[in-house]
Amino acid sequence: MLERFMESCFHAMVDDLFCCFQTGGGAVAGSGMHAITVFLLACFVGYFVVWSVTPALHAPLMSVTNAISSVIIVAGIFLAAQHFYGHSKILGFVAVGLASVNIFGGFTITHRMLSMFHKKR
Amino acid sequence: MVDALFLAAAVCFILALRGLSSAETACRGNLFGIFGMILACVGAYLSINFLDMGFTLLAIAIGGGIGVYVARVVSITALPQMVAGFHSLIGLAAVLISFGAYYAPGLFRCACSSCNVAELGLGLAIGAVTFVGSAVAFMKLHGNCPNYRVPQMLNVFFGALVLSLFSYFVFTGSETALLLLAAFSLILGGTLVLPIGGADMPVVVSLLNSYSGWTASGIGFTIDNDLLIITGALVGASGAILSYIMCRGMNRSILDVIFGSVDRIESEDRLRISESRPIKCGSAEDAAMVLRNARSVIIVPGYGMATSRAQYALKEMADVLRNRGVGVKYAIHPVAGRMPGHMNVLLAEAGVSYEDVFELEAINGEFPSCDVAYVVGANDITNPAALNDPSCSIYGMPILEVGKAATVLFLKRSLGAGYAGVDNELFFASNTMMLLGDAKATTEDVIKVLRNSGR
Repeated sequence: MLERFMESCFHAMVDDLFCCFQTGGGAVAGSGMHAITVFLLACFVGYFVVWSVTPALHAPLMSVTNAISSVIIVAGIFLAAQHFYGHSKILGFVAVGLASVNIFGGFTITHRMLSMFHKKR
Repeated sequence: MVDALFLAAAVCFILALRGLSSAETACRGNLFGIFGMILACVGAYLSINFLDMGFTLLAIAIGGGIGVYVARVVSITALPQMVAGFHSLIGLAAVLISFGAYYAPGLFRCACSSCNVAELGLGLAIGAVTFVGSAVAFMKLHGNCPNYRVPQMLNVFFGALVLSLFSYFVFTGSETALLLLAAFSLILGGTLVLPIGGADMPVVVSLLNSYSGWTASGIGFTIDNDLLIITGALVGASGAILSYIMCRGMNRSILDVIFGSVDRIESEDRLRISESRPIKCGSAEDAAMVLRNARSVIIVPGYGMATSRAQYALKEMADVLRNRGVGVKYAIHPVAGRMPGHMNVLLAEAGVSYEDVFELEAINGEFPSCDVAYVVGANDITNPAALNDPSCSIYGMPILEVGKAATVLFLKRSLGAGYAGVDNELFFASNTMMLLGDAKATTEDVIKVLRNSGR
């Protein structure tokens, strides 16, 4: 079962790579299978990386994940940079602002927390 | 070029999480995170040819200024509510972006606006639930929001409504459906979190952390951006694992927490009966006496330590005891406090070395050989009923077996039952001495006596 699943993931990846090669990248991004492959593989990476986090650092883990999930600022930047002034541009502007509160705040608080963890002198 | 930058950013984020596997590498991990975020923004600007950059930089400057200010002034004790507040902002940003993407379909690389409708709706719904859910969690942690009993049927009703609106939106792509979907997802976020009580907060906060990741992934799918998908999946997995760890720490299933099926008000009668049983209460002098004669002490902090800000006093007491040659360790239960790792951060704030702080499994075997267990505002996580009373609501929850220590000093504000409403047998045990009152004040009194007594 799992093997078949991995196999299909692998095939999807190979297909995408091949497609990428043919079209010179970019165009594949439209294929849904590509996105799902990336998503699933990232879930696995996340799973293994997070299990290796020491329980003592779970609070900084929360604040740092909070900061990096604000990467949606990228989408906000796209929206806010449109030519015409309309709903989306304003929405994008506000979203960029909110996401940057998170980014700056999240990394700052993580740094504050981590600088408190130290060894016995 | 842009894709390469985004890929590099994704790798940086993975390294940022990886860095947290030990305290030595954690700071470097954080720097990786910052670097990754810079790469992501540069990539975004590159791909739009720096169009209208001043406008977005203004937003970044305003938001960033607020973020840094808040993160600097907030006290470490208020950390759980701040994290919840930040989650809420991500949820709101995701909602706004979903709407923005809906109103500007041609903007993103996917030319067809219909193919990504499902992802858009999904990102919007999860974002809206995260937004309101986290806002409610924030208010609860801040202490100005009581627990309301929301009938389960209402949650089921709103859940079904959201699902059907979602599918209607996927098939029609209509604006009305999208607006209704947003509205009911917002309400659902509220009704889901409102009935959840204080001690379940670690699960809720980490669950919302997970949601904020999934919503980022949803937006990534909508605009076909791999970086967003990867990062969202990382964060989503992280939050999910944390929720799982928290649930395991309470021996409850995640559904149990979300739908709060444990009836928590049952044991009032039992409490009244038991209050007539003898309890040994002691003074600071008595406690100092016990501590003075001890060789090894294990300090067990709980949420009570956070509320009375007793961590500095505890550290001072530990130092005084160490100078007398007493071994001091700290034992932390996975669900102590209001968010994962809450106690660790508070102790670190007071300057406790992380090498002295131990997790449940690592230290439970040491209680039988230790002289004093100093329990600070922790109740349910030490309650032996979880081990031997199958009828109680916390049965099966792993506990710190403080009762096995030669003496248990139990600091508590009053003799009430813990959050779970279960009476603690430990209060009546012959080797337990209760120290009633504020944890910080009591500990400071103990320090005074210890200091004055000299050699």
